[in-house]
Amino acid sequence: MTRWKASAHRRLAGGIAVAAVAVTLAACSPEGERQPFVGIDKDPFPSTYTPLESQTTLIINANIYDGKGGEIEGGAILMEGGKIKAVGQSIAAPDGAKVIDAAGRWVTPGIIDVHSHLGVYPSPSVSSHSDGNEVGEPVTADAWVEHSNWPQDPGFWRAAAGGITALQLLPGSANLVGGRSVTLKNVPGRTGQDMKFPGAPYGMKMACGENPKRVYGSGDNNVLHRPSTRMGNVAGYRQAWADAQNYSREWKKYEADYKAGKNVLPPKRDLKLETLAGVLDGEILVHMHCYRADEMATMIDVMKEFNYQIASFQHAVEAYKIADKLAENKICGAMWADWWGFKMEAFDGIRENIPFMHEAGACAIVHSDDDLGIQRLNQEAAKALSDGQRAGVKITKAEAWQWLSLNPAKSLGIAEKTGSLEVGKDADVVLWSANPYSVYAKADVTFVDGAVTYDRHDPAKRPVSDFELGQPGEGDMK
Amino acid sequence: MKMIRSMLALSLLTGFSTAAMAENIAVTGGTAYTKGGYGKVENATVLIADGKIQSVTAAGAVPDGYKVIDAAGKIVTVGLMVSETTLGLTEVGFSAGIDDGSVKGDTSIPLDATDGINPDSVLIPVTRIEGVTRAYTGLEGTKDMWLGQGAVIHLGNGPDLVVKRHAALGLELDEGAASSNGGSRVALWYAVRSKLDGAKTGGKDDKDDKEKKDAKPDPEKDVLARVLKGEQPLLVEADRASDIRKVIELKKAYGVKVILYGAAEAWRVADELAAAQIPVIVNPVQNLPGSFDTLGATQENAARLHKAGVKIALVGLGTDNARLMPQYAGNAVANGLPWEAAMDAMTVNPAEMFGVADSYGTLEAGKDADVVVWSGDPLELSSAPEHVLIKGEEIPLVSRQTKLAERYHPVSRAPEYKR
Repeated sequence: MTRWKASAHRRLAGGIAVAAVAVTLAACSPEGERQPFVGIDKDPFPSTYTPLESQTTLIINANIYDGKGGEIEGGAILMEGGKIKAVGQSIAAPDGAKVIDAAGRWVTPGIIDVHSHLGVYPSPSVSSHSDGNEVGEPVTADAWVEHSNWPQDPGFWRAAAGGITALQLLPGSANLVGGRSVTLKNVPGRTGQDMKFPGAPYGMKMACGENPKRVYGSGDNNVLHRPSTRMGNVAGYRQAWADAQNYSREWKKYEADYKAGKNVLPPKRDLKLETLAGVLDGEILVHMHCYRADEMATMIDVMKEFNYQIASFQHAVEAYKIADKLAENKICGAMWADWWGFKMEAFDGIRENIPFMHEAGACAIVHSDDDLGIQRLNQEAAKALSDGQRAGVKITKAEAWQWLSLNPAKSLGIAEKTGSLEVGKDADVVLWSANPYSVYAKADVTFVDGAVTYDRHDPAKRPVSDFELGQPGEGDMK
Repeated sequence: MKMIRSMLALSLLTGFSTAAMAENIAVTGGTAYTKGGYGKVENATVLIADGKIQSVTAAGAVPDGYKVIDAAGKIVTVGLMVSETTLGLTEVGFSAGIDDGSVKGDTSIPLDATDGINPDSVLIPVTRIEGVTRAYTGLEGTKDMWLGQGAVIHLGNGPDLVVKRHAALGLELDEGAASSNGGSRVALWYAVRSKLDGAKTGGKDDKDDKEKKDAKPDPEKDVLARVLKGEQPLLVEADRASDIRKVIELKKAYGVKVILYGAAEAWRVADELAAAQIPVIVNPVQNLPGSFDTLGATQENAARLHKAGVKIALVGLGTDNARLMPQYAGNAVANGLPWEAAMDAMTVNPAEMFGVADSYGTLEAGKDADVVVWSGDPLELSSAPEHVLIKGEEIPLVSRQTKLAERYHPVSRAPEYKR
C-alpha cells in the first residue's frame, strides 16, 4: 500500500508534470471565479475540558518536593483559581481558604504517565474493548488513539488514587507507526474530549523491533509480509518519511501558488501523511517504542536523515548502553524500574537503567505501560533511586521526582503548564500520607487544576465508573 | 550455529555456582525474625552448620571455626518463598524458543514440572539476590484445566533444586478455563467432577490382587488417588466469589486439600474460606476488574482475608519479576495487612501450605539455613539484601543483570572486553 502511494506521489512531484497539471486546472476553472483556499483544521476534535469545581486551598506544614529538584521541609503551597499561587516556607491563608495541615506528610507535583493504554485497553479487558492496535498495515498514522478512548475505564480512577494527574494514551506497538497519541488530564467526564489536556500537542507512536516484524512478517495482518525483519522495519519508516516530505511539499506549493494569486486546487488529503508531515513540521511529537540500544541508535540516524525530533524512546530497556547518545540528541527515555526478560529485546534489562540515564545528563522518565503499574509510579521511582544510589549514582529524592513529573511534562510538550510546583502553573498536586518513596505511602488527596479528583478519606471523592455501578465492589476502597 | 554457541556461552556464564561445601557460619548482631514476622530476637546470633540452623540466641557467643557475617543494624529473616511461578521452566517467554512452563500436548494431570527444571536459568540468580530463596514452580498452561504437578524448589546451588516433587496438582477453575473447556462453567465443572469421580470409583484399592496385577499403569489415576487421599493438595485458580464457593463445596464433597490461587474476590467469601481451612495465594496489588471474574478486586483482599483468619501467601509479578513480592507485600501492608502477617505470608505460611515446613520456613534449629540479611525493612523499597544464604551456603550477589550494569557503568568503546 505504502509503496504504491509513494510512486503516485513521486509522479505528482515531478516539477514539469506538476506545472502542466496546474496550468490545465487553471484553464478548466470558470473565468473570474477563483477556488476558495482550502486549509486543514488541525484540531477537529477539540478539548472540551473544564476544570472541576475547586476552592482556594492552602496546605501547610508539608514536606515538599517541587518537581524541579528542590525540597522544602515544613513548607506551604497555595492553590487558587486552579493555579499554583504560591509555594514557600510559610504562606498566609487568604480569607475563606481551606487550610490543610499536612504535618508529617508530603506534597509533590502530580505524577504524569507518558505511556498508558487506559481507555483503549480498558478494564474489563474483553475482546470488545481491545482498541489499542490498528493492525492491517504497518503504517497507520491516520489512526488517532483518542477515538478508542473509553472514558469509563475504571483504571483512570485507580490511577488517580496513585497520584496521576495527567497521562498520555498511546496506540499499541504493533505498527511501525501506530497513530496519534493524546494527552489527558486525569479528570472524569462524559466524553474523551472532556479529559483532553487543553493545548497539549499531539504525539505520534512509532515502534522498533520485535513487535512490528512479528505482527506483519507472518502475513496474517498484511499480505505483503513486510516488515518481517528489523531492516524491513527501518525501510518502512524511511519510506513513510519520504512520502511525508513529498506530501508536505505538495501542500506548501499549493499554499504558495494560492498566495501568489494562482487559481489552484489543493492536493488530496492523506490522513496518514498529514500526521507524518505534522511531525516533520515540528507540531507533533514522536514517542517511539524501542528496547535495544542499537535500534535506538539507528533511529537517531533516521531522525537526522529526515530532520525531525524524537521526543522519547519508550521502554528503552537498553538506554543505559547509550545514555550519552540520548543525552546528546535530547531524547528522553521513558522506562520501567525493573521490568525485563519477557522477550529477547527485554533480556538485557538492569535495575539501574533510570539512574544511569539521569547520571548521563539524559532526560529520564518513569513510565508504566500498565494499568496496575500506573497506580504506583512513585514506588518505581523509589526502587530506581535506591538501586542507583547503591551503584554509586549521586542523586537525591527531590531530584528523582523529576522522573515523575517535570521530565514527562517536557516530553509531552506541557511543561509550561504542569510538571512542577511553580507559581502560575496548573495546580496539579498530590498530598501523600508519608514520604512517597516509601512503600507504605498513599496518596491522601489528588488535585487537578486545584480541584480534588480523589480523596482517600472521603468516599464521595472517589470516582466510580459507570461500568462499576451496580456490580460487586462498587465504591469499595480499591 | 552462532545462536547455539551464544546460548552455550550464556549457560556457562550463569554457572558461577561452585557448590562449595557448606561452612559453619554465624550471622551476628542483627534483628532476627525467626518465625515469619514473629519471633523477634535483637542482637541475634544465628549459628549455621551443615547447611542447617543450629540456634538463634540473643547476643549468643560464636564458637571457634565459624565464619562471621556482621549483621549489626540489619534485619535478618528467613529466605522468602514465592508461591506461584514457572521458575526454572521459563527462560525468555516470548518468541524465544520453547517455554517449558506451557504444554501443548493432550496429557496434563500426570505431568511433573520437575522434568523441565533448569538449574542454570538466568532467572534464578536474578531472583535470589533479591532475597527469594524458595518458590513453587509449575505449569501455567495446558490444553485443559489441569496444570500438572508442580514442585517446591530452592534457588541455591544446583544441580538439584527440587525440594518437593508433586507438591500440588494445578487446576484452573476460572473464566479462562471455562472458555477453553466447553465454553461454559457448566461444562467445566462437570468435567472436573467426572474426572475425580472416575478416580474415586476406579481406584486400584478397590480391586482384588489379580485385577491389580493385570491392570495397566494409570499415572493419571495415581495422581488423583493421592489428591483424593489428601496427600497432595489441589492448587485451584479461581477469582469470582461464586466460583470460590464452588471450590469450597468441592473440598467438602471430595475431602481433598485445597490451596486457592488468584482469588480476587476471596474477601467476599473470607469467613467461609476460613471455616473450610482453605489457604489463599493472593496478588496484593490486583484491584481492577480485568474480567467479569474480578469485579470485586481490591488491594485490601489480603488484609480482609487475614482478618477473617484465612492463611495467606503471596506472589510477585509473574516469573521474571517474582522478585517483586516484597514490594507487593509492602502494598498489602499499606492496605491494612499487619507487617508480621505479610512476613508470614512469604515464609512460614507457604512452607506449611505446600508441605515443606519440616525443612523450611523458620529460623528454628534443624531447618535448612535460608537466611537473608537485609539493609532495612524487607518490604521497604529502599532496602536490599546484603547477604543471602540458601541451605547454609552464601550466594554471591551476582546475576547477569549485575554484570551488565557493571559492564556499562561507565560506558566504553567496546564493552565486550569488559567482564
